[in-house]
Amino acid sequence: MATMTYLQAISEGLKEEMRRDERVFIIGQDVGVYGGAFKVTDGMQKEFGEWRVIDAPLSETAIVGACTGAALGGMRPVAEMQFADFVSCAWDHLTTVSAKQYYRMGTPIPMTVRLPCGGGFSGGPFHSQMYDGYFAGCPGLKLVMPATPEDAKGMMIEAIRDPNPVLFFEHKHLYRRIKGEVPEGVYTVPFGKARVAREGADVTIVAWSAMVHVATEAAEQLAGEGIDVEVLDMRTIAPLDFEAIAKSVTKTSKAIVLYEDTKTGGFGGEISARIAEELFETLDAPVRRVATADCPIPFSPVLEKEVLPQTADVVEAVRALSAY
Amino acid sequence: MATAASAETDPRTRLRALGLDREDAVTMYRNMLVTRGIEERGHILFRQGKIPGSFYTGRGNEGAAVGVASATKPQDHLCPLQRDMGVHVTRGLEPWRVFAQYMGRSGGPTRGRDGNVHIGDISLGIVGMVSHLPAMLPVGVGLALSYRIKNERDRCAFAWCGDGASARGDFHEGVNLAAVRKLPIVFIIDNNQWAYSTPSNLGYATEHPSDRAKGYGLQNVVVDGTDPLEVYEAVKEARDKAVAGEGPTIVECVTLRMEGHAVHDDAFYVPKEDFETWAAKDPIERTRKFLLEAGMSEDEDEEIRSGVKRLLVEQLDKAEASPLPDPSTATTGVYASPEELDTPHH
Ligand SMILES: Cc1ncc(C[n+]2csc(CCOP(=O)(O)OP(=O)(O)O)c2C)c(N)n1
Repeated sequence: MATMTYLQAISEGLKEEMRRDERVFIIGQDVGVYGGAFKVTDGMQKEFGEWRVIDAPLSETAIVGACTGAALGGMRPVAEMQFADFVSCAWDHLTTVSAKQYYRMGTPIPMTVRLPCGGGFSGGPFHSQMYDGYFAGCPGLKLVMPATPEDAKGMMIEAIRDPNPVLFFEHKHLYRRIKGEVPEGVYTVPFGKARVAREGADVTIVAWSAMVHVATEAAEQLAGEGIDVEVLDMRTIAPLDFEAIAKSVTKTSKAIVLYEDTKTGGFGGEISARIAEELFETLDAPVRRVATADCPIPFSPVLEKEVLPQTADVVEAVRALSAY
Repeated sequence: MATAASAETDPRTRLRALGLDREDAVTMYRNMLVTRGIEERGHILFRQGKIPGSFYTGRGNEGAAVGVASATKPQDHLCPLQRDMGVHVTRGLEPWRVFAQYMGRSGGPTRGRDGNVHIGDISLGIVGMVSHLPAMLPVGVGLALSYRIKNERDRCAFAWCGDGASARGDFHEGVNLAAVRKLPIVFIIDNNQWAYSTPSNLGYATEHPSDRAKGYGLQNVVVDGTDPLEVYEAVKEARDKAVAGEGPTIVECVTLRMEGHAVHDDAFYVPKEDFETWAAKDPIERTRKFLLEAGMSEDEDEEIRSGVKRLLVEQLDKAEASPLPDPSTATTGVYASPEELDTPHH
């Protein structure tokens, strides 16, 4: 075990798998000489050469479209979007081509698109978005979003090996802030298996990515008030481990879904609906959602704080729910 | 491709040939000083922790930005990008509003909703940019389309693109639409030789990014972007052509991005000699020399410079006094209401 940041863990995952499998290559803007806007691929072009860490033109459509082709050509491409927000420029290729190719033609598309996502540091409307909800309605894509360094590395390797197009949401606000123990060598963390980030008996918070940490912070605060919160880290939302949700909610009878996408249309709405639909009998209170307000992410810190879910919002929601 | 002649003629003759007087050139010079002054103060504000997020400048591009904007008319629309502070300054955006934008204050053009150079003011004819490059280029084409449909004869749109961003479909689709309809628009490529850390040869395979004009049946002009007058001349001609119904031109302004992509980037990948070569062509110093030759005295120059300094001190104070936005407004204003359509620009 070594202690490393979330960012280092992602790099480690990429490097380990690239050393093991010659078919893996990275393509994106400024990933080579510069080492990526966030330095995730720092030093990798030196180690793997120019044809495995490829500096692409400013062309998200070409990058993602070419990954589909390279996957068909027997490679294991990994695309980096400089910011998740720019994946909108490759939307068509992901949702039209990559996602539907296997269903139509029976040819797997083993590709990974890395998406540095999320807000919390004044990135403004175009460098802060959490895009999972937009893609969650597109069958054929896997959506994965680690919350810890250990998961980040294992899920990176799993993403590369997966025979489907995988959107790897890596949260920028976790990059250097979150450190943890990471196993050495190659290992994978399977998709569709949630993790109990904190055990509790009174209320379940369903979360993923950076929101797991917000939920955990809220849970620690609430412990002082005698409210015992369970935090479930979904790890991936497609596939979704609904069994884990069912197990936890059956125990606590109260559920909050916490997500960083917009409240309306974000994937938390889908989870809430399923809890209501399938677990109604186990509930002692209505399902609650804590999510980003239905507006673009503003730049000024005072506005951004108002819009993104804060620990205090979660604490308040849990209190209200446990008093129900 | 046509290359504009950098006239080595007598400054006064040159100005006359461009239809400008010395006062016009002094205004350009002053706008360039204000532009650089804003961004230099931005660096200080950033170091003081007053600018959240990141911070971008257009150092080295002041001549190109001011040169283009000086050739526009008040009724025109402009879609400038991240290196074009000089466009905003020339069109009359008050510096305090830029500082307020940098600091996320309510007095900035986006009222704290967006940051840094994602700025614009439709009352000055400037459409605020988005990050996604060059998404504003097809928007500029749409403005030109609106003039064409409404048959507005002396109105022109200006849309920018970087050398790097010219690799994206938005550029090619936008240019093509404008070309087939001969729309009244001028395309500007800010060719500062780098796209973040990516050198030109990994961005496009033509000699110049604007050489792709040929593929769309258009002409391109490559000018020295450190000479505002050369830029002005090429853009003025392109505008005349565009409003005469002869179609768009791509004007490429060649410069070097004189700083990193943003504050966090020390541009280690740019050869030091290149910085030295291009520092010697500094657009502001170049214009100063030109004006001295055209009869501006050192005293006059000093007066202009100290005037700009005073202006910026005063404007910065004004920005610092601008309050932070009211958090309760964060989720308001997502949708417009019908009465807002009755603004002068519609
Ligand atoms: C669609 C899109 N992808 C990626 C980025 C991130 N990005 C911002 S500026 C930049 C480089 C732009 O290069 P260029 O167009 O040459 O303009 P310059 O910054 O050099 O003036 C990149 C990659 C972006 N803004 N938009």
